[in-house]
Amino acid sequence: MERSDGRKNDELRPVKMKVGILKHADGSAMVSIGKTIAVAAAYGPRELNPRHMQESDRAILQCNYTMAPFSTNERVRPGPSRRSVEISKVTREALEPALFLKDFPRTTIDVYIVILQANAGTRTAGINAASLALADAGIQMRDLVTSIAAGKVNGHCALDLTGEEEEVTECDLPIAYMPRENKFTLMQMDGHITKDDMKHVIKLAVKGCETLYEHQKKALLEKWSKEGFE
Amino acid sequence: MNFQKKYIMSHISKGMRLDGRKIDEHRKIHIEINPIEQAEGSAKVKIGDTVVIVGVKMGVGEPFPDRLNEGVLMVNTEFSPLASPEFELGPPREKAIELARIVDRGIRESKCIDNEKLCITEGEKVWMVMIDVQPISHDGNLIDAAGIAAIAALMSARMPKFDGNKVVYEKTDQKLPMTHDMPVPVTCAIMEGKLLVDPDLEEEEAMEGRLTITTTADGKICAVQKGSVGSFAMETIEEAIELSIKKGKEIRELIKKSL
Amino acid sequence: MNENVMEKSEFDKELEKMEIEEKEKALKNEESHETRERKVVLPGGRIVESIEYLPGRNCFRDGNSIYSKRLGVVYYRGRVIDVVPLSGKYMPEIDDMVIGTVEEVQYSGWIVNINSPYKAFMPLSGVRGFIDPARTDISKIYGIGDLIYAKVMDVTPMKDIKISMKDPSTRKFENGRMVRISPVKVPRVIGKQGSMITMIKDKTGCRISVGQNGVIWIQGEKENLAARVIMEIEENSQISGLTDHISKLLDGSK
Repeated sequence: MERSDGRKNDELRPVKMKVGILKHADGSAMVSIGKTIAVAAAYGPRELNPRHMQESDRAILQCNYTMAPFSTNERVRPGPSRRSVEISKVTREALEPALFLKDFPRTTIDVYIVILQANAGTRTAGINAASLALADAGIQMRDLVTSIAAGKVNGHCALDLTGEEEEVTECDLPIAYMPRENKFTLMQMDGHITKDDMKHVIKLAVKGCETLYEHQKKALLEKWSKEGFE
Repeated sequence: MNFQKKYIMSHISKGMRLDGRKIDEHRKIHIEINPIEQAEGSAKVKIGDTVVIVGVKMGVGEPFPDRLNEGVLMVNTEFSPLASPEFELGPPREKAIELARIVDRGIRESKCIDNEKLCITEGEKVWMVMIDVQPISHDGNLIDAAGIAAIAALMSARMPKFDGNKVVYEKTDQKLPMTHDMPVPVTCAIMEGKLLVDPDLEEEEAMEGRLTITTTADGKICAVQKGSVGSFAMETIEEAIELSIKKGKEIRELIKKSL
Repeated sequence: MNENVMEKSEFDKELEKMEIEEKEKALKNEESHETRERKVVLPGGRIVESIEYLPGRNCFRDGNSIYSKRLGVVYYRGRVIDVVPLSGKYMPEIDDMVIGTVEEVQYSGWIVNINSPYKAFMPLSGVRGFIDPARTDISKIYGIGDLIYAKVMDVTPMKDIKISMKDPSTRKFENGRMVRISPVKVPRVIGKQGSMITMIKDKTGCRISVGQNGVIWIQGEKENLAARVIMEIEENSQISGLTDHISKLLDGSK
């Protein structure tokens, strides 16, 4: 099936990932998938105020997802929207299962994601970047978290929809996935499809995640591998 | 006074800066045009480790009641905690608002955008130019980085189409109607009576005051802002004016080269 | 330690007991870090697929394999695998010497920033000499902004950190400058048996105190050279012949 940008059904848009791009964050990364560009910063573990938010036996994770006003066709009004609040929540719930929070009682780990350019797949690009930022910061994790969306366009299941495809797709299904344990930490779906199609779309997304996992590992090693030697 | 501040001050009194720069020297400035292709115009400016991205978006709306035949200019900035552990989530606070207004002042007062050419139908529809400043990394002197990026973004912007009803976001070849003058802000920290051009983060934390002077190509001044707590004498202003004109020219050349 | 707690068989329980004994033995042999492999591992990255080895610092076992919890370098200590982190915050441990900044003066002591997710508390009793808070303005002893060299006395499970300045090597710093590096690089700045830091002190004529928490104080003739060289170590800690490289840098700037 010919997609408007010539990709095959199971093909990702061009992926670029870079780790350690921000001077003052404890960990940071930039991930671009097609035209979508996400930057993430991780701070922590660090002191958490107000005290009543502290958990005595573990760290908490806080996430914030924002879109830069110039990131979309129609300018986005700055500040939180209902959509960005929801995405912040599911992002946190996608990353938290991967973290060993018990090692840092009473602290917070803060993740900030800013979308600089949006062409579909912003929340998934954000999660990929956040996962890299957390690893870069030295936070203890059971695995990296990868994320991508898949859908059904023109009767065919397709991986990593573009903005144009998102407008006509029968379903939009973003996932976040820990490849080592084969576990999902995020799953959402907009659309109306059969359960067979849904399983097919999920499998396609998992394949995309496995490719992104390799990109993530490569990006981390690109920054850090000079620290070790064979 | 805290320990590190004492250390910086002791060096400044000898005319030395911690990173080896002269007191009238900027850090390395790097300008990238159009990093955000989807925006009408954009620029990423690095001054040392300070990084700011400015995006220019355009829309169509009603003019202001006292300027019925002019386009609308708006400058906004959001300080994301991405850029610094000092920044908190939430609506822009005083530092962010001040920065946006300084950048706005430079552009508006220099009249570098020909606002009347942005009028579509007088009193009804005009182009709106929305400049959004997004600091990505704060290592001192966000103001100059933002001001330079704003100008670079405006000069490299291409207008979308307007079909009579709504904006069609396809880039045309048409540039923004600009006068080709470029207002450039130059910020100095004031320490022990000395002016340090382009203060980095440590210098900003130790400084007594801050002076930003925005100049245009003809050597005129179009915006001034004294910031931070502290005071200074007349000689300091005079020195700052000369510095800003001189440095402004150098930066203007840099911007031209990158376009 | 292992957060995926499943049904434990007798075999697993025996294995756990062995693990604890071996780990305690290995910890006593901290000095003998046998470097069989200095591979960079990522969080969730598999180190070995074998039940022969035991997970030490920053790793965990899942099934038959041992995985890393974080970005770091793998070291083998006998049968125990450690991952030494490449980045991350300073976690105070008892007996660590740290350099901190006084942030708050309270009635019964001081709150000190030690460049860690946790602030430290220095009680009045942790200071040399007797102080009567009713008669003394304790901020005159250590005030806000003061830089001090102190020892970690206690770390509770909830990570309340107590420091003291009773140890004779503790002091308040007056002049000089402060440099902050990533705490994971401190061992490289110190060097084997202090060889690196001694060389820097000698060649720059500076007094240098290194905190385990990544804060370093320098005072002397060539403070800036010493600072530059320390930051160079942080930047390029992995190169072989680091000592020679640093030695050349120090000599080059005579």
